[in-house]
Amino acid sequence: MSILVNKNTRVVVQGITGKEGSFHATQCKAYGTQVVAGVTPGKAGQEVEGIPVFNTVRDAVKKTEATTSLIFVPPQFAADAILEAAEAGIWLIICISEGIPVNDMVKVKRALHGRATRLIGPNCPGIITADECKIGIMPGFIHKKGRVGVISRSGTLTYEAVNQLTQLGLGETTCVGIGGDPIIGTGYIDLLHMFEEDDETEAVVMIGEIGGDAEEKAAAFIEKEMSKPVVSFIAGITAPPGRKMGHAGAIITGGKGTAADKMAALTAAGVTVVKNPAEIGTAVQSVLG
Amino acid sequence: MDIHEFQAKQLFAQFGIPVPKGKEIKNARAAEKWAATLGTSVYVVKAQIHAGGRGKAGGVKITKNSEEVPGLAEELIGKTLVTHQTGPKGRKVRRLLIEEGAGIAKELYLSLLVDRDSGCPTFIASTEGGMDIEEVAEQTPEKVLRESIDPAVGFQAHNGRNLAFALGLPDLEPAVVKPFFQMLDNLYRLFMEKNASMLEINPLVITTDKRLVALDGKVSFDDSALYKHPDVEKLRDLHEEDPMEIEAGKHNLNYVKLDGDIGCMVNGAGLAMATMDVIKLAGSEPANFLDVGGGATKETVAAGFRILLKDKKVKGIFINIFGGIVRCERIAHGVIEAAKEVGIKLPVVVRLQGTNAEEGRKLLAESGLKVEGVADLWEAAQRIVALRKKKK
Repeated sequence: MSILVNKNTRVVVQGITGKEGSFHATQCKAYGTQVVAGVTPGKAGQEVEGIPVFNTVRDAVKKTEATTSLIFVPPQFAADAILEAAEAGIWLIICISEGIPVNDMVKVKRALHGRATRLIGPNCPGIITADECKIGIMPGFIHKKGRVGVISRSGTLTYEAVNQLTQLGLGETTCVGIGGDPIIGTGYIDLLHMFEEDDETEAVVMIGEIGGDAEEKAAAFIEKEMSKPVVSFIAGITAPPGRKMGHAGAIITGGKGTAADKMAALTAAGVTVVKNPAEIGTAVQSVLG
Repeated sequence: MDIHEFQAKQLFAQFGIPVPKGKEIKNARAAEKWAATLGTSVYVVKAQIHAGGRGKAGGVKITKNSEEVPGLAEELIGKTLVTHQTGPKGRKVRRLLIEEGAGIAKELYLSLLVDRDSGCPTFIASTEGGMDIEEVAEQTPEKVLRESIDPAVGFQAHNGRNLAFALGLPDLEPAVVKPFFQMLDNLYRLFMEKNASMLEINPLVITTDKRLVALDGKVSFDDSALYKHPDVEKLRDLHEEDPMEIEAGKHNLNYVKLDGDIGCMVNGAGLAMATMDVIKLAGSEPANFLDVGGGATKETVAAGFRILLKDKKVKGIFINIFGGIVRCERIAHGVIEAAKEVGIKLPVVVRLQGTNAEEGRKLLAESGLKVEGVADLWEAAQRIVALRKKKK
């Protein structure tokens, strides 16, 4: 098993004729993902590497029974693209776009509230179930089917962790990038819950960073609800307060959201917290025995 | 993006939020003229810099005598203010806000920002105005009130009632209750229409003549939404930003200056932070945060080098690239060409991992440059720290 996506997941790529969209749609397809449709308004009838393009997500869903959407549209159009996918009955929306205005996301989050549709991201690398399907921009070759679930607010830092897991022969089940923005669709807790229920996942790696209190909330959840071991790294122990560190959501405000607070909360909840990102893999190895 | 207090107050006024009568002033002569026009019982001369704690640092002067205003202006213009938010170097005062004083009966606190948990714009209010709200939250959390606004319907009357009653406003001064509702509604409108990320009024005062006035004003905007608001972008004051950060921004690089001496350049924000952390673990301090983006090219690496080298404190450079979609041999080419072009004399350690990493490291080894390629993150961090110490 895996969580959220597998080899049967049917994917529509929104913004497929753009530079990023066409490149990554092709890469995902080559990994084995069922990329069944693309959407670019006004370009219906075209094809991208054999993937049919439609004008609207509604048309794409009707013709191809896509259930999952991968979004590459520019940030100023991304909120609309997410809502279009939700309207069309897509149940899992993965939004890669970075730089969506916060107030746009405020409205999107409110509009998705109470719907069955789940949003991952925005500003994230996507989701991959090792050796089954890749729906995102991560390099597929570093992943290997195995025992560990990964949840992360970052992109390349996730690849770093995944590479260590693969090199040590532990491998991964599903890796989810939840995004570096202050307002995101799906947070740690829902995913931790899914990994707890997933038969194949034996341990979870949770990669956090400064800003907000999502890691502290996750710590409370882990303490109460998780039986599987969790290993965590929090980036930004050296980050100064009041400065945005690349990600829109990575900022210490009013003394809150520091890496030290997050590490303390996770440690208190029984999580194995590593201070050195080069030791994520070996820490998982030792908790799995 | 942050703006000055006088700009925030102009924006407040545009949205019907009461502020003291005031004007932006750049020299003593203009101060003299404005003081004569203003004709008030109390004059307040406030230094305009993008940092809090101005009062304590001597950046706010008060006088009852209009003739003293030009002298006070003279004193503040050109002065460097050091507050708890400016760092030890302080900020040079280039402009002032000169406004009428207010008779204060009570000071309140009011702000509006997006709550990350609920994803809703949320008002924060307190009866403890004029104080550091973080301190209030720490010492008397029950005095910090929160009211989230449903973005689907916007600000509603009950949101106003919830806050007003919780603050005890009808008992404090019944005359300001209705103006308070109006102010909340206007602040919410300003927040959403202009894509603000934070609005703060501290203190919000009830005057002795029973008015509600924003005595201070702080507004920050969402950088991602600036493209929608050219009028807001015009309010940007580059004097208030680090010149190297402005330069990095021109190349679409994310740079934040820090105090250490190991310059670092990384692809991806999370890995960039983790790299800073690793440098510290290895026994040095990072000189900066620099994210060259998920896909690094020769051009971005060269631009990154130039920015790192402008910081004279930098004694060693650590490049950490996890090549995924980007191939490492291309990055290695980029590093070599950029290093030759820029003329690097400092020790450089390049940690390459991912696609074609071995080939990349081989290229670095054969380049004849003082650039070392390392595969392992921890080993690479220890190496650059050791090279830097040797140089000492």
